[in-house]
Amino acid sequence: MAYVPLADQDHEQELHHPHSWVEKYVWSQDHKVIAIQYGGTAVLVGLVALVLSLLMRMQLGFPGTFDLIDPNAYYQSVTMHGMIMVVYMLTALLLGGFGNYMIPLMIGARDMVFPFLNMLSFWFYLLSVLILLASFFVTGGPTGAGWTLYPPQTTMAGTPGHDMGIVLMLVSLAVFVVAFTMGGLNYVTTILQFRTRGMTLMRLPLTVWGIFVATVLGLFAFPALLVSCIMMMFDTLLGTSFFMPAVIESGTALDYQGGSPILFQHLFWFFGHPEVYIVALPAFGLVSDVLSTHARKNIFGYRMMVWAIIAIGGLSFIVWAHHMYVSGMNPYFGFFFATTTLIIAVPTALKVYNWVLTLWEGDIRLNAPMYFAIGFIFTFIHGGLTGLFLGNVVIDLPLSDTYFVVAHFHMVMGVSPVLVIFASIYHWFPKVSGRMYHEGLAKAHFWITFLGTYAIYLPMHYLGFLGVPRRYYAIGETDFIPASAQTLNESITIAALIVGAAQLIFLFNILWSLRNGEKADPNPWGSASLEWQTPDTPPVHGNWGDKLPTVYRWAYDYSVPGAKSDFIPQNMAEEDVEMEASAAKGA
Amino acid sequence: MSLFKQITEKPWERKGIIGGLKPEGTFKSPAERVALNFFLTAASIVFSLFGVSYYIRMELPDWLPIAEPTSLWFNTGLLVMSSVLFQWARNVVGNGGSKNVKIAFFGGGVFAILFIAAQLQTWEELQLAGVYLSSNPAADFYFLLTGLHAIHIAGGLYVWIKCVFRMVTGAEAKEQRLSIELCTVYWHFLLVVWLVIFAVVANT
Amino acid sequence: MILAVVIFALVIGSVIFHFASPWWFTDIVSQWDSIDGVISITFWITGAVFVLCNLFLAYCVYKFRKKPGHKAVYEPENHKLESWLSAITTVGVIAMLAPGLFVWADFVTVPEEATEYEVMGQQWQWNFRYPGADGKLGTADTEFISELNPFGINPEDPNGMDDIVVNAPEMHLPIGKPVKALLRSNDVLHNYTVPQFRVKMDMVPGLVSYLWFQPEVTGRYDILCEELCGIGHFIMRGAVVIDTQEDYDAWIASKPTFAETQAMAAPDLAAGQAQYAVCASCHGAGGEGNQALNAPKLSGLQDWYIERQLNHFKTGVRGQTEGDQYGASMVGMANMLVDDAAVRNMSAYIASLPDVPAQPTIQGDIANGADIYDRNCAACHLDNGNGTWYTDAPKLSGMNDWYFVTQIKNFRSGIRGLHAADPYGEQMVSMATAMAAKNTDDTKEMEDVAAYLNTIR
Ligand code: HEA
Ligand code: HEA
Ligand code: HEC
Ligand code: CUA
Ligand SMILES: [Cu+2]
Repeated sequence: MAYVPLADQDHEQELHHPHSWVEKYVWSQDHKVIAIQYGGTAVLVGLVALVLSLLMRMQLGFPGTFDLIDPNAYYQSVTMHGMIMVVYMLTALLLGGFGNYMIPLMIGARDMVFPFLNMLSFWFYLLSVLILLASFFVTGGPTGAGWTLYPPQTTMAGTPGHDMGIVLMLVSLAVFVVAFTMGGLNYVTTILQFRTRGMTLMRLPLTVWGIFVATVLGLFAFPALLVSCIMMMFDTLLGTSFFMPAVIESGTALDYQGGSPILFQHLFWFFGHPEVYIVALPAFGLVSDVLSTHARKNIFGYRMMVWAIIAIGGLSFIVWAHHMYVSGMNPYFGFFFATTTLIIAVPTALKVYNWVLTLWEGDIRLNAPMYFAIGFIFTFIHGGLTGLFLGNVVIDLPLSDTYFVVAHFHMVMGVSPVLVIFASIYHWFPKVSGRMYHEGLAKAHFWITFLGTYAIYLPMHYLGFLGVPRRYYAIGETDFIPASAQTLNESITIAALIVGAAQLIFLFNILWSLRNGEKADPNPWGSASLEWQTPDTPPVHGNWGDKLPTVYRWAYDYSVPGAKSDFIPQNMAEEDVEMEASAAKGA
Repeated sequence: MSLFKQITEKPWERKGIIGGLKPEGTFKSPAERVALNFFLTAASIVFSLFGVSYYIRMELPDWLPIAEPTSLWFNTGLLVMSSVLFQWARNVVGNGGSKNVKIAFFGGGVFAILFIAAQLQTWEELQLAGVYLSSNPAADFYFLLTGLHAIHIAGGLYVWIKCVFRMVTGAEAKEQRLSIELCTVYWHFLLVVWLVIFAVVANT
Repeated sequence: MILAVVIFALVIGSVIFHFASPWWFTDIVSQWDSIDGVISITFWITGAVFVLCNLFLAYCVYKFRKKPGHKAVYEPENHKLESWLSAITTVGVIAMLAPGLFVWADFVTVPEEATEYEVMGQQWQWNFRYPGADGKLGTADTEFISELNPFGINPEDPNGMDDIVVNAPEMHLPIGKPVKALLRSNDVLHNYTVPQFRVKMDMVPGLVSYLWFQPEVTGRYDILCEELCGIGHFIMRGAVVIDTQEDYDAWIASKPTFAETQAMAAPDLAAGQAQYAVCASCHGAGGEGNQALNAPKLSGLQDWYIERQLNHFKTGVRGQTEGDQYGASMVGMANMLVDDAAVRNMSAYIASLPDVPAQPTIQGDIANGADIYDRNCAACHLDNGNGTWYTDAPKLSGMNDWYFVTQIKNFRSGIRGLHAADPYGEQMVSMATAMAAKNTDDTKEMEDVAAYLNTIR
């Protein structure tokens, strides 16, 4: 379809310029401020979830030693830890945080298309977080039904927080979906319609592609969560029986009949599986850009990378029931879902190969962001491969609901994207703050986090092989789990405590560097993509001064043969590129 | 360039400005319209998933179909009127005119409000007839789906009211062209959703 | 540079860890070796990919790290290489998937000759049902569930009459015959897992799921629940015993049929009363208990609970552990009840005594006790402390608070509840260990709970 001018050069998007402090930082409509608000909130709730995970680990490593946590509190911690980490931390940080910050800068726009909606999105997100946190303070406490919220137990006695906790959780999720939809419509529309001149789809950095496809996935997957939340809310509060079959609670029959718990699981995973790629794809994108920049080499196989992102996104809608192999659904579904699940490994594998091949014949700068990015490749390969075990339906029979699953998804979601987030925070810190972070501290943070998490999750797979079930407050006595399993658990806990504490190094580094870091160059890494080419660092409201940039090339012109500099910014016209004297022009 | 061609080109081969000298969107339409289309897709997914759940739940033994009240035909008529009026307003502004636009546009909204009121009335009727929430799953779905549909209309009415307000306070109908068009699209969408819900409820 | 070395070391280390570690699947005792076969195939393929990819990664990091005068090579893509890699990956995927699907086909098709049995899960107990002589299980529904009919077997259905019901968390199976387990749940999702069998499946209220296998090695194996089912999920344990055919036949013959359980004669209260005279000397004529003699109050306890405890004393499950001096004195007493009928009569009589709550003797932090109780204990013993047959948990409200504390201490220190034949006690061991105590003599939290229980009589 033909391109049609959206706006005149001199009459580009009108911005609402803030004046007071409150307008600038609190009720801000500037995508960069909103990004920081989103990211900051996400990190804060992330810390809550981190503390919960450490509480759990203390119980598992040293059962009965710490009085902090009884079975009730344990199940609440597991649930809130999982839910916060996946939805309120990773999704919000990657899309609300990085999405908001990067999209307009990387595509050369002044802001999102609908800045007001964007602001509203953050406030709804904050509201959902507050509702979620409120559930810690109501009678019965937060829900302890597991982050999967499977009925009928969510609303039945015997499950922690079955009275108020679950209701607040459902409301909070519904509000989150609203917040996400407002943000998401903004991101996709901005990416599709607000790219600056010359910025074709294939010139977009992979970060934008990752965020774009993840957002589309979100827009199409979160409805399933909303639908299941609404129906569960009806069941809980109004006594309908969508999901609730006839059940007995403490010896008395409840007034439900005929509902289908499996239906909920289908709806949940129709959301839940795309959700894991919603957090993976932006990370894939971000890490591609970090790798390419610091390897001083174009990303290898850009087109394949884009198609892989699209393919993974599409396929992720037809694999959901691999979480349900042993759920009691019709077992014949297993054939279909095992096949689709393993097919998804092919595009994902290509991404892995291309990351490694980007390093091949590069000129790799081994600084902190690059450390984290390379660490990511390692942990992602590991976590992805264990996914193949689970995807192969018969292997899931012994391994489902054991610590093998826990180890798989932490490796692939609790470690890999988190490493990318750290890589990206270090990488873009100079642009966001105008200062450099402390390299030594950042490297220390990397070593502890990378080695520490591997020490947590590698042995955890073996607990799974042994058959230790997940969501067990204590292993207790069994005839097949050797006592040495407890030793494993102890060492895992110690590693987790160390890794948890090491995050303080990160927080300190960031807070300290904000004020005391060295002043940074506008483009300290020599990066070719647009966000580094802003006239001001940190970029000011409106991003581009009086003139939008013009894009002449893709985002990966690193080490172009003949060019003098080892990178050519996207907004540099061919005739401005300085060539080496020896190289023939236009070669 | 077709979308397919766009994403198969080799970006490293062609340097220089591609396209015109002005920033361009992927789609011709204004951003609001693109966003609305995405929203409508998401909303259709919401309704489709309810639909799928409806059919799955229907297979289970305790399902008792409800006799849909005849007043639904009347309600449907109201919603059709509403859509027709919106379409009229849209056609007129689309051709650059402004005659009767306000009337048609106001009327469309009013009919939508009447539709919601009538739906509530039908709820009342059903409850009198002993069909209430949690009496049986078919009734649960009926209330859930119609309620959700009404909420979507209410959301549309919010935009409508803003637009009406602007028109009442002196804006020319022409300036509201985009709003009118988007409202119309949205209303047609909700009409289709309603017809599907009605058909499903009536036939099961 | 270090990074390359570390990645190299991690790869080697992981491989060594794998082969040197003692942690692997427990020995298989079913015919599902084919599953283990698929696991090995997958392991070797993914293992090779893991090693190759990461060693190559380490090599790249080492070889192409920044060096003065070195410049990266500009290479946008290499379509041929990418195609090759996709092709190889696809081959690898097929090599794992194909055998997997064949084995899955086995799993979904149950052999004709498989006999059926039923597993019923409920919060947090296991029950089992066998089809009896006619080989058919009767129909069942939640609406029929009651204390006497915990399976909800349809009393109108003739197929159900000879069904053999096992109302305890231990089941038996004969060796060498394929069996199909029909899985049901009364309340929430549960999951029937015996790790040695390699197969598992969720139990879903409202429908019947299944799995099948063929036991190959005699022995006793744990059944675990592996689907989060509430606060007692981790203590929902059971056992399956694989017997020779003779042992199995003997075992199943000893179990009552459904018809028998329904037709059980009412206990003889008078006989129970007569024998109670002995007990009255310690527990008091009204079963009110006597702290001086360390004899707890009995009135108010449910008959099934008294019956179980008496049987436990009789069979040495309770009262014979070191440190249980008071329990020991019960062993002889219980043995005076010669047969099951005597035990039943006695239990019924005690349960019929009027329940007068015991005098409080313990002070504690009631608020803290209430918090602990409501969050953890109420799940089984109910909010009002009345207990219920459904969770097999006895009444706690109105009991002697000093006895309460002793029992929790006993559970904590393994004096009570760790006997292999005491699955119910084992649940309490886990719950009691969850209660805080800095050392064996620290009873603060128990006293808090006791003080709270004193307020809800
Ligand atoms: C970021 C998140 C993320 C990602 C990317 C993945 C990726 C994958 N996951 Fe995972 N998964 C989760 C998050 C994620 N998962 C979570 C959170 C759960 C648990 C939820 C819960 O129950 O609480 C879960 C659970 C889960 C299950 C359910 C287990 C169970 O409950 O019983 C399954 C089963 O199929 C599965 C499979 C896979 C597969 C096949 C992939 C694939 O996409 C992996 C593809 C990647 C690779 C394969 C590695 C790279 C490839 C190569 C280096 C070359 C390969 C070469 C050859 C194959 C020859 N996952
Ligand atoms: C993104 C997802 C994520 C992350 C990061 C983590 C991080 C951790 N998780 Fe987990 N976890 C889940 C998602 C995640 N988790 C989910 C979905 C479940 C399932 C819940 C359920 O069963 O219902 C689960 C369950 C789960 C269990 C299983 C409990 C059980 O089944 O009984 C355990 C046990 O060890 C555990 C431990 C840990 C530990 C020790 C950490 C970490 O502490 C590891 C080390 C720390 C880091 C790698 C840093 C993390 C960074 C941040 C938190 C960002 C915010 C802070 C800053 C930016 C400074 N988690
Ligand atoms: C998972 C279910 C469950 C939970 C939770 C539970 N109990 Fe129990 N409780 C039982 C069962 C079953 C028994 C019977 C044990 C037996 O047969 O020996 C029991 C027995 C007891 C007894 C012995 C009563 C007697 O008369 O000897 C006490 C005391 C007790 N529980 C207290 C508690 C307290 C305090 C808590 C909370 C910390 C608690 N229970 C939580 C299931 C439970
Ligand atoms: Cu039953 Cu977990
Ligand atoms: Cu998945």
